[in-house]
Parts: sequence; C-alpha cells; structure tokens
Amino acid sequence: MTTRSTRIVVVSAGLSVPSSTRLLADKLGSAVERAVGARGHEVDVEHVELRPLAHALADHLLTGFPSGDLARAIEAVRHADGLVVVTPVFSASYSGLFKTFFDVLENGMLDGKPVVIAATAGTARHSLVLDHALRPLLAYLRAVVVPTGVFAASEDFGATDDGALDKRVERAAGELAALLGGPAAAEATAPRRRSVEAEFAAPTPFEQLLREAGGDTVR
Amino acid sequence: MGMQIGIFTVGDVTPDPTTGRTPTEHERIKATVAIAKKAEEVGLDVFATGEHHNPPFIASNPTATLAYIGAQTENIILSTATTLITTTDPVLIAEDYAKIQHLTDGRVDLMMGRGNTGPVYPWFGKDIRQGINLAIENYALLRRLWTEANVDWEGRFRTPLQGYTSTPRPLDGVAPFVWHGSIRSPEIAEQAAYYGDGFFHNHIFWPASHTQQMVRLYRERFAHYGHGTAEQAIVGLGGQFFMRKNSQDAVREFRPYFDNAPVYGHGPSLEDFTRQTPLTVGSPQEVLERTLSFREYAGDYQRQLFLVDHAGLPLKTVLEQLDLLGEILPEMRKGFAEGRGADVPDAPTHASLVAAAGGAHDVTVHAEDTMTGTTDREEIDA
Repeated sequence: MTTRSTRIVVVSAGLSVPSSTRLLADKLGSAVERAVGARGHEVDVEHVELRPLAHALADHLLTGFPSGDLARAIEAVRHADGLVVVTPVFSASYSGLFKTFFDVLENGMLDGKPVVIAATAGTARHSLVLDHALRPLLAYLRAVVVPTGVFAASEDFGATDDGALDKRVERAAGELAALLGGPAAAEATAPRRRSVEAEFAAPTPFEQLLREAGGDTVR
Repeated sequence: MGMQIGIFTVGDVTPDPTTGRTPTEHERIKATVAIAKKAEEVGLDVFATGEHHNPPFIASNPTATLAYIGAQTENIILSTATTLITTTDPVLIAEDYAKIQHLTDGRVDLMMGRGNTGPVYPWFGKDIRQGINLAIENYALLRRLWTEANVDWEGRFRTPLQGYTSTPRPLDGVAPFVWHGSIRSPEIAEQAAYYGDGFFHNHIFWPASHTQQMVRLYRERFAHYGHGTAEQAIVGLGGQFFMRKNSQDAVREFRPYFDNAPVYGHGPSLEDFTRQTPLTVGSPQEVLERTLSFREYAGDYQRQLFLVDHAGLPLKTVLEQLDLLGEILPEMRKGFAEGRGADVPDAPTHASLVAAAGGAHDVTVHAEDTMTGTTDREEIDA
C-alpha cells in the first residue's frame, strides 16, 4: 500500500476576479478534501485557474508545446488521482478557454481518471450544459465522470434556505471519493492508452514494433 | 570530418511580410538552387531539402532538385529533411537515391520522416493512423532492397515482390547513410537505434527538453542494441538563427518575419520563443555560443543543420545569412572539436561507410543472356 497523498486537481475557467466559477471550485475542492479525508486518506488539493494561462494556451495551440506555468498545470493534471473541472457557461456550452485546456492535453492523459463536472451561469436554464457538453467531452477523453454534476446559477449563491447547492456539492464529492478509494485503487482503474511518457520510460522493443507493423496487435 | 554543419530547407513559398510580395514557384525553386550553391561556397558540409506535396511548398520531387544541385556542386553532401517513408514507395526511394549516389559519386544520404500533413496520406493511398507501422515496414523493405540483390518480400502496405532487383545497385556496394527524424515519437528513436542508423531531432520550434528526451532515448537504445556506447550514437540536430553584426539590428530586422511566420507567428513573442527554443536572433558571436551550447543536453553530436530560408525572408537576405554563417564556421568547427570525447565517431560519409565495409565493391547485377546463357559481364571479360 502506497503512503502518498491522494492528489486532487481542481481546474476552473472563471474569468472575473472573484468569479462565481472559482467560488464553486473552492466549495468542491473543500468538499472533496473532506470526503476523501473521511475515508482515512491523506489528500492534497491543488487549484489550476485557467485565466492566467490564457495566453500560454493560445501559444500552445500555435507552437505545439506548453510553456512555464501551463506546462506545470498539465503535469499536475497528469499526476492527479481525480479531477474537479468547473467552467462558466458561454453561448450554451463550456467556455472556449476551458475547452482549449482539454484540447492541449496529450491523448490518454485522462484515461480512467475520476472527474466531477461543474458549471456556473446567470440562470438555471443553462444547467443541461453539464450533461450535453461537459459529460460527452469527458467521456470522449475516457475519464470516469461521477453521476452528480454540480450546476450553480447566480441565485444558488444566495438561496441557502435548503442548502441545495451544498447538498449537490457534497454528493458529488462523496461520489468522487468513493471512486478514488485511495491512491492504489486509482492507479488500478481501467487500462490506459500507452502515453508518450510511458514509452520513454520503457520503450517498446523494436521486434515488437516490427510485429505490430505486420498486423500483430498482441502485446 | 568530426562534425558536419549545413542547412536544411522545407521549400515553403511564403510572402515577405515587410513587402507583401510572394515569390513565384519558379523564383523559389531557383532560389533553392542558389542557396545550396552558396552553402557549398561558404564551406558548409550539407544541404538538405524537405518533401511536401501541397501548396505553399515547392519541395515535391526532391530527387530532381538534389541531382540538379549535385551537378553544379563539388563537395557538399546532399540530403533530405525529410523523405516521406510513409507515403513514398520504398522501391522508388531505393532506386532514386541509389541513382543520385552514382551521379554525385556518393555525396548523398537521407533522413526518413513520417510527414504530418494529413491529406497527403490518402492522396497516396495510405492511412495516417498507420504512420508508425508504415515507417517501420517501408524502411525494413528499403534496407533489404539496398543490401540484397534479389528480394522476395510480402507485407501489409504494398504489393509483394518476387525476385526483385532494385537498380542501380548502391555505389561501391554501400547504401546511403540513413538518418531517422522525429520530434516526439519514441518508436522512431527506437527504430534508428535498432538499426544503428542516425537519429535527427528537428530541435527548432521545440523546447530543449523535447530534444534531450528523444536523443537520450536513442542513445540508450543504440547502446542496448550493441552498436557501441551511448556516446557513439549518431546524432543530428536542427537549428535556427538570424544574425547581423549588431545584435539589435538582427532583432529589428527579423521581428516582422518572426511575428508573421507560418509556424509560430501571432503566438509567443520573439523574446519568449528565443528563450524557449533554439531560435537565436542576434550577433554572430551569440549564434556561435548558442549553437555550441546544444551539446550540453544532446552530447557530442555529428550533424548540425540550420533552417535559414523561411518565414518569407528574401533570397538576398538568406545569402547574407549564409555569408555570416561562413564567417563563424571556423570558430564553430573549433568549438565543436574542443572537449569532444575521444570515442565519439565522426559524421558518417560515403567514404567512411566504404572503409567500414572493407573497401569498395561493385555490386552490379548483370542480366543473364537467355540465348547464350552468358551474362553481360562474361561477354565484356571475354
């Protein structure tokens, strides 16, 4: 049993300071920390805000490689055991900035990674963005999305009577914690696509590459 | 020679952002020849051309370009950057480059690449998703075509061969040296290492960490496959500069070209990009020092190629850049020789390959005369 902390990365794409997207990200980060902690695991929550990475993301699209803080953010996501991703709703979907971050991740980086999806908007009429935009995006990336998505309209930040938002936050965090089950379990999830990093660490012997070129796909 | 220093071109037809003028294909093709001849004149060792099959490039049919340049030069090695091993029939590659070998008395080698222009694959009847497999199968066949006079072969990606002899046979019985180029595919470094061929990293446009990771993998695997120590692996790197006597003049003149360049234009600033990649814009001394620093992460290596005719720079400017490169060339050679490991091999040439093979052997395959049962050779000898 490994003794390292469970690593959670919270990716949020709010643009204003402060933003309701970051507020929701903070709520989710804290809830996940409690939920994972409650299962007796050390947990380390890191926030990745995309706003300060906006220029670097545009540069990455043009140059093909990440610079500075963006490279560090991508590495944090690569090594995360679970993710919380939060976007504002722009034009009936996730924001372009949010999508760009997922566009530049190497294929396979999210394979099998447990994820909570969340979004904010001025009105609850946008809430299906979670299931019509974020969930398919993460499914394509082969992440494992927990059943509860957390949507917060502006009004949710005031309506504390029944604590409906907090309930959804707690439920999503609990679902993520259950999927994580500690670092060892996270590492033993579904088989992942072989990453470039893995290939560098243990190159496929050339005889095997020759066999695969000939159509043999058995490893 | 220990270290080969040269240039490579991708043959792009790009507007000059300072004048708005775009050269014609004819001008660009002729400029490519002028640049290659200038490269020889200033004492460079290698001229390499890319291969593209779509506008805005004039780099289709690289073998015609290389043969034409070969006829007008004496010493410079002609190479490619890269030859599309995925979409070009290896049978044609075997013929074409063996022919240029004979025409230029061995002044040719080539660099294999996969090509990243999606539609080129279907245009040539291939599937980009099979890129690595195509590179592996096609190159395995190419090697056999050069080393075996009579080839029976069957694979996945081209029609089978029975009793096939690729002609002409390689000059002096020695195939052209092959480099494998890749930016981020460990499988290609593995391929180069397996065969003991050279590995070239494009290097430009990428952070040094990319280059370092690929070169290290290639070196380790080269040793693993028993071709020598990791330090004895054959490494080449790209590079990119713009220089003027005065550093500030270089920055001022190059900035509009940088800002509008097809590859990285409208993205990072010139200052950020020069920090993040090997691009050096400054004085000849700065270019010299930066170039010599590549060894810090690539180790002692064999071939340095610079990209100089790009981003819409006019021919006159490119030729001036080559003059400036020629001026620092002796210092660059001296710098590369300094502290070079005693076991580090020289850059491969036709002469060194012939020597390693124990001398030149004519390997002409003479057809048998079906009437008399004799061969051409027997008739000549008789």
